[in-house]
Amino acid sequence: MTQLTFARAINAGLRKSLENDSKVVLLGEDIGALGGVFRVTDGLQKDFGTHRVVDTPLAESAIVGTAVGLAYRGYRPVLEIQFDGFIYPAFDQIVSQVAKLHYRTRGAVKMPITIRVPFGGGIGSPEHHSESPEAYFTHTSGLRVVAVSNPQDAYTVIQQAISCDDPVLYFEPKRRYHDKGEVEETAALASALPMDKARVLTQGTDATLVAYGPLVKTALDAATAAADEGISLEVIDLRSLAPVDYDAVVASVRKTGRLVVTHEAGQSGGLGAEVAASITERCFYHLEAAPVRVTGFDIPYPYSKLEMHHLPGLDRILDGVDRALGRPNSLSGLEG
Amino acid sequence: MTPENAGEFTAAGQELLQLITPAGERISHPEFDFWVKDITDEQLCSLFEDMTVIRRIDVEATALQRQGELALWPPLLGQEAAQIGSGRAMRADDFVFSSYRENGVAYCRGVDLTDLLRVWRGNASGGWDPYSINMATPQIIIGAQTLHATGYAMGIQNDGADAVAVTYFGDGATSEGDVNEAMVFAASFQAPVLFFCTNNHWAISEPVRLQSHIHLAERATGFGIPSLRVDGNDVLAVMAATRLALDRARRGGGPTFIEAVTYRMGPHTTADDPTRYRDANELEDWAAKDPISRLASLLDRKGLLTAELQQQVQGKADSVAAEMRRGCTTMPDPQPMDVFKHVYSTPNSWLERQQDHYARYLASFGDPAGAVSEEGAR
Repeated sequence: MTQLTFARAINAGLRKSLENDSKVVLLGEDIGALGGVFRVTDGLQKDFGTHRVVDTPLAESAIVGTAVGLAYRGYRPVLEIQFDGFIYPAFDQIVSQVAKLHYRTRGAVKMPITIRVPFGGGIGSPEHHSESPEAYFTHTSGLRVVAVSNPQDAYTVIQQAISCDDPVLYFEPKRRYHDKGEVEETAALASALPMDKARVLTQGTDATLVAYGPLVKTALDAATAAADEGISLEVIDLRSLAPVDYDAVVASVRKTGRLVVTHEAGQSGGLGAEVAASITERCFYHLEAAPVRVTGFDIPYPYSKLEMHHLPGLDRILDGVDRALGRPNSLSGLEG
Repeated sequence: MTPENAGEFTAAGQELLQLITPAGERISHPEFDFWVKDITDEQLCSLFEDMTVIRRIDVEATALQRQGELALWPPLLGQEAAQIGSGRAMRADDFVFSSYRENGVAYCRGVDLTDLLRVWRGNASGGWDPYSINMATPQIIIGAQTLHATGYAMGIQNDGADAVAVTYFGDGATSEGDVNEAMVFAASFQAPVLFFCTNNHWAISEPVRLQSHIHLAERATGFGIPSLRVDGNDVLAVMAATRLALDRARRGGGPTFIEAVTYRMGPHTTADDPTRYRDANELEDWAAKDPISRLASLLDRKGLLTAELQQQVQGKADSVAAEMRRGCTTMPDPQPMDVFKHVYSTPNSWLERQQDHYARYLASFGDPAGAVSEEGAR
């Protein structure tokens, strides 16, 4: 076991993948000498060379589009999109090409491309640096989408993503980059929890609280606070956003009868809607109350002095828990 | 200046490379003769056959569309020299990333004739295994494939190989961001990629002067990519330019941009009606520069256009067309559950559930075919 920051854990995972497979190449803006704006790729170009860790011109569509060509040639490109809000110029290449080429070629051409995206807010940045665009990609068939919440998963899942033959969007909660955690670097990848499985973090009996990425820590804090009030929350780290591991969520909700889903992204058409609908379909007769969503607002990501109002924090999550439990809450007395 | 009169203000631009005049006269060129000096009379006849065959394929496919056997077809009529001249210049280990109109290039790569039609009959989203002929499934998103070619070329570079990635796109595509980004990347990394721009003058209804105020080949210069303007209806000129570009890329000289100036004699697709937007006189002017008649005139001047050759070429074209038609009409329909195949290469719980539910739904009719008939089975 080693103590690593989140960013170093991803770095260690990338290093391992570069060592294990000569077809792995990294592409992105400022990922070479600088080591990325968050230093996630620190030292990799020095150790693996400019042909494997490639500083690209500033063109996101081209980063993804050339990765498609590299994948055609048998490579496993790992791309860094510098910030969540910079991914949109590459949207067509991701949605129309990366996601669909395996289907288009009836399985002849694989697209083992990993797209790393630092995402989420809470770092006091200007516009386009704090977004949560995951739902655009969970809605796109052909892609796998994961969001990691802790250094150990960051280390393991990046390697699983790179070795996966399907394209993977790998969302990194940038406000957690400096959080430290224990990372087991020697464990075999094969024995790790598969990338598409959720993880139950705390056993509970009163409500299921589903989170992913940056809000997993907030959800755990909320569970601790709730326990002080005698409320037992079962916290699930979703990890995989497409596909969602519904078996895990269903098992939990059948036990607790209540569901709260939280994410930073806006509410309408978000992943919480998908989880709430699917759980309602599968667990209707086990539910004691309507599923509750605690999410960002349906607004452009706000200027940083107000971002903490937009981001679900511990208290807003607990207010949502109160709603699910029928306890007095901020919406008490409101109909519908 | 408006797009309509932009042509008048265009810079003189580059020389238009020509080795065969529209009248069929072979003219010599100090630099480019070298690149086709090995082409024998026999090979000239073979190029004539190729061009005739792909025109016949194109006519047959258009007919199949008119007869309801294909949903759509994008004709290449008029672009035979551009496609055969470049297609026959490549090596088997080069890799093509094309648009949907390069059926003549696919023919050069050895495509199965039935595979040419799968997409247009609605039987598949891609006609062939790209690795079987080293040609990607044709791209429908305009210009997106130029990035794929550039990335593939970066891979060739990493592998230390001397193959070349060749990407085909049209005049309209040169306005797309992806094409411009591809040229930036190709130049930065000196990737072995050939940008083959087929300037057929029309992007559906939009004339090339709406896309650019200068020759398209001149755009490449701004990216630091050497470029050539070539008479796209002159099969030898196209071949010479393509060979030069491929050779440069193989020797580590990086990308080249070729603008093949030709004309889309037909509609954009069988769903298009060019009489709504273009002048019949323009079509007539270009008919006089027809790529196949031009080569036929050259062969005639050389005494090669014998009745025997013409008969042999026509026979080949007819038999290829018949084979393609047979392949089209006997193509098995895809099965309903095929719709779920190959979305992922690894198991996916979301899709498996939908697939399972749809299989149950179909089974609930007893006769799966009934469930998907237009009238419905309920």
